[in-house]
Amino acid sequence: MPPRMTGARMLWESLIREGVEVVFGYPGGSIMPVYDALLDYPQVRHVLTRHEQGAAHAADAYARVLRDQGKVGVAMATSGPGATNLTTGIATAFMDSSPVVFITGQVSAEYLGTDAFQETDVTGVTLPITKHNFLVTRAEDIPRVVREAFYIARTGRPGPVLIDLCKNAQNDEADFVWPTEVQLPGYRPPTRADEAALAEATRLLAEAQRPVILAGQGVLMSGAMPELRALAEKADIPVAMTLLGLGSLPLTHPLALGMMGMHGEYFVNMAIQHADLLIALGMRFDDRVTGRLEAYAPHARKIHVEVDPAEINKNVPVDVALLGDLKTVLRQWLPRVAEAQHPAWRAQIQAWREDTRQHDVVQKARRNGRGPLRGAEVIQRIWETTANDDVIIATGVGQHQMWTAQYYRFPQPYRLVTSGGLGTMGFGLPAGVGAAVAHPDKEVWVIEGDGGFQMTQAEMATAVQEGLNIKIVILNNNYLGMVRQWQELFYERRYSAVLLHNPDFVKLADAHGIPARRVTERREVDAALAFAREQQGPVLLEFRVPPEDNVFPMVTTSDPLHEMIRRPEEEPHVERADWAGAAP
Amino acid sequence: MTAPHTFVVLVENKPGVLNRVASLFRRRNYNIHSLNVGTTQDPRVSRMTIVVQTTPEKAPLIEANLYKLVNVIDVQDVTDRPTVRRELALIKVRAPQGMRTEIINLASVFRANIVDATPETMTIEVTGTPEKVDSLIEMLGAADVVEVVRTGVLAMTRGTIEGARHLPGAGGR
Repeated sequence: MPPRMTGARMLWESLIREGVEVVFGYPGGSIMPVYDALLDYPQVRHVLTRHEQGAAHAADAYARVLRDQGKVGVAMATSGPGATNLTTGIATAFMDSSPVVFITGQVSAEYLGTDAFQETDVTGVTLPITKHNFLVTRAEDIPRVVREAFYIARTGRPGPVLIDLCKNAQNDEADFVWPTEVQLPGYRPPTRADEAALAEATRLLAEAQRPVILAGQGVLMSGAMPELRALAEKADIPVAMTLLGLGSLPLTHPLALGMMGMHGEYFVNMAIQHADLLIALGMRFDDRVTGRLEAYAPHARKIHVEVDPAEINKNVPVDVALLGDLKTVLRQWLPRVAEAQHPAWRAQIQAWREDTRQHDVVQKARRNGRGPLRGAEVIQRIWETTANDDVIIATGVGQHQMWTAQYYRFPQPYRLVTSGGLGTMGFGLPAGVGAAVAHPDKEVWVIEGDGGFQMTQAEMATAVQEGLNIKIVILNNNYLGMVRQWQELFYERRYSAVLLHNPDFVKLADAHGIPARRVTERREVDAALAFAREQQGPVLLEFRVPPEDNVFPMVTTSDPLHEMIRRPEEEPHVERADWAGAAP
Repeated sequence: MTAPHTFVVLVENKPGVLNRVASLFRRRNYNIHSLNVGTTQDPRVSRMTIVVQTTPEKAPLIEANLYKLVNVIDVQDVTDRPTVRRELALIKVRAPQGMRTEIINLASVFRANIVDATPETMTIEVTGTPEKVDSLIEMLGAADVVEVVRTGVLAMTRGTIEGARHLPGAGGR
C-alpha cells in the first residue's frame, strides 16, 4: 500500500528523492501548506532570502557551482508577486542554461482564471523563459511532475523548469507513488554524434593549419574539461573561451588563450579572425563574442559540437555539426583525431600576445605605483592574493564583471558565477549567497559595482542570518560605469542618468553587523584584502575607483571582431575617485 | 527567398500545448501562414499541420525549435516530399437569379458542393489543394464573393507505412 499524505508532504518527499538538500525561498499565502510541511523535514535546509529574485539567483548559482555533482538548484515562492519577482532570476537561468527547479504556489484550482487574490498566470508568464513548466491541480500528480521537472532541468541542454502548484493540490491527500521511470515521449536530447559527421570533422581538422577551439559553458555543463584538454593537446589547438567558458582550461595551460569577444584580449580575437578552422564546443556564437557577423572569422571552416540542435546555423553557418552530449562526442572523436603540431600558428599568436602585453596599462600603473587606484588593478590583486586557494568569484554585470573576466585567471571550472546571456545587474550578491551555501568550506568573493550592488543589497541580511563566508567587494565609481562608458564613446559624453549618489557602504554594512573597510589608496589594498580574509562570515570592502575609467579592449557591436578599441599605449589620465559629489 | 514550408507535428494531447507552439512562433518571429490541429487515431496524440513562410536556411531551425518543446513528439518538414495536401473552404457569394446557373456550373467544374442557398446568396464548399481553392475564389470574383473561410492545409505524406507518423512505441517507428 503506498503511503497516503498531503500534496505538501509529497512535494518534500519528492524533492528529497531528487537529492535536494537546500531550498532558497520566500513564503506567502498560496505556498503555506508547503512551508508548514517543511517543519517535518529538518534534513532540508531552507535559506530565507530577502527578495524572491535573490532566491532565484542563489539557486541558480548553487546549481552552477555544484554542476560537477549533478545538483539542481531549487527556489520557491508564493503566487502572484512572489512568482513575478522570481522571473528575472528565471530568465537569467534560462539564458545561461542553468538547471534550476522553481516551485511557485498558485491559488486553488477552482479559483484559476477568476483574478483571485495574488493570482497570476505564472505558467503563461514563464513560458518563454523556462525549458518547460507545469501547472499542477491535483495532489496525486506531484511526484510524477517533480520527477519529470528535475529530469528535464538537468539533462540535455540544462535549464530552468517551473512547477506551479495549486493550493488545493498542496492540501489534498493522495497515495504517494514515486515513478520508477520518466515517460516523456517528446523529450529526446541527442547524445552521440553520427559517424558521417565525425568523419567529416576529422577531415577538416586534419587539413587545418590555424585551428582554434572556442570553449563555452557547455564544456563545464557536460564535465568535458579532460576531453577538451586532450583534444587541444593532441592536435595542438589553442583554446579561446567565452565568458561562461572560463575555467574550462586553466589559463596557466600553454594552449589557453583566455576570453574572446567584445572585451576579449586583442590576441584572442586576432587568433579567431585569422583561424582557418574553428571548433566550437558548447557555445552559441552570441553577438557579444562574434562582433559583426558578416565579418566573423572569414577564413575559418567551422565545426560546431552542441547538444541543442536549434543552435546549429542560428547565428553562424557551420560546415559540420556534431550533435550530442559534449563529453560523449569528444570521447567518440578523440581516438580519430591525429596528433599534430602547429608551431607557426602558435608563434603568430604569441606575437599578438606580446603586442597585447605592451598595452596593459594596469600592469604599468602598478609597476610605477602612480595615478589613482583602478578597478582592474583591484581584481588583479585579489587574483594574486587568492590564486592558490580555490575561491569562488560571483559578479554582477558591467565594468567590474569584465575586469574580473580579464584579470582573474580562473584556474578551475565552476569557480566563476556570472550572468552572461541576460546580463542581470545585481546578480552578484545573491549568487554569492548560493555559492557559499553550496561550498561552505570555500571563500566566496562577490565582486559588484556600486549600481548593481544596490539592486540586491538586501541579501546582506541573508548572508548574516546564514553565517555565510562571503567577501563583498564593491568597485565604487559613483557611476553606472558601463552605461557611462558607452555614453562616453558613442553618445559624445552626454551622461544621461548614470550618476549615483550612493549611501555610505561601510555604514550600511555596519548596520547589518558586517565588518567593512573603505579603500581609496593603492597602499591600502593588501591590508584590506588580508582583513577580509581573516573574517569568518560576511565582510565588505569598498574600493573607490576613478569615475571615468573604461574597459578595454572593446569591439563595438557594429565592428568586426579584429577591429578593437585597444587599451591606450600610455596610462590615460583618470580623475581620482574622491571627486566632488561622491559620498563620504 | 521565403516560400511556404509545411511541417507535420505530433504533440501530446494535453492542455496548453497549442499555446506553447504558438508562443514559440511568436517569440522566434516565424510567420505562420496556417496552423491546423486535430486528433489522431491515438487519443494521447494530436496532430498539427503548420505552414510557415520562411527560407530554406531557417526551416531546419524551426524544426529544431519545435523539437525543443517537451510536448512535441515528432516533427517532419514535408515541403519537398510527395504529400497529399488538402484544405476546405466555405465561400459565400451573391447569387441573384441570373447568376445561379453559372455559379452551380463553376462549382461543379471544381467538384465543389452548394451547401446553402438563400434568396440573395449561395454558399459553396470546396476541398482541395490551396491552389485549387485560390482558383475557385478567383473565378467566383465576378459573382461577388461575400465571405470566405479556409481551414488551412492538412498534409500527409504519400505512400504506406514508411514515413508514417506515430507515437514512438505505438507502431510505425
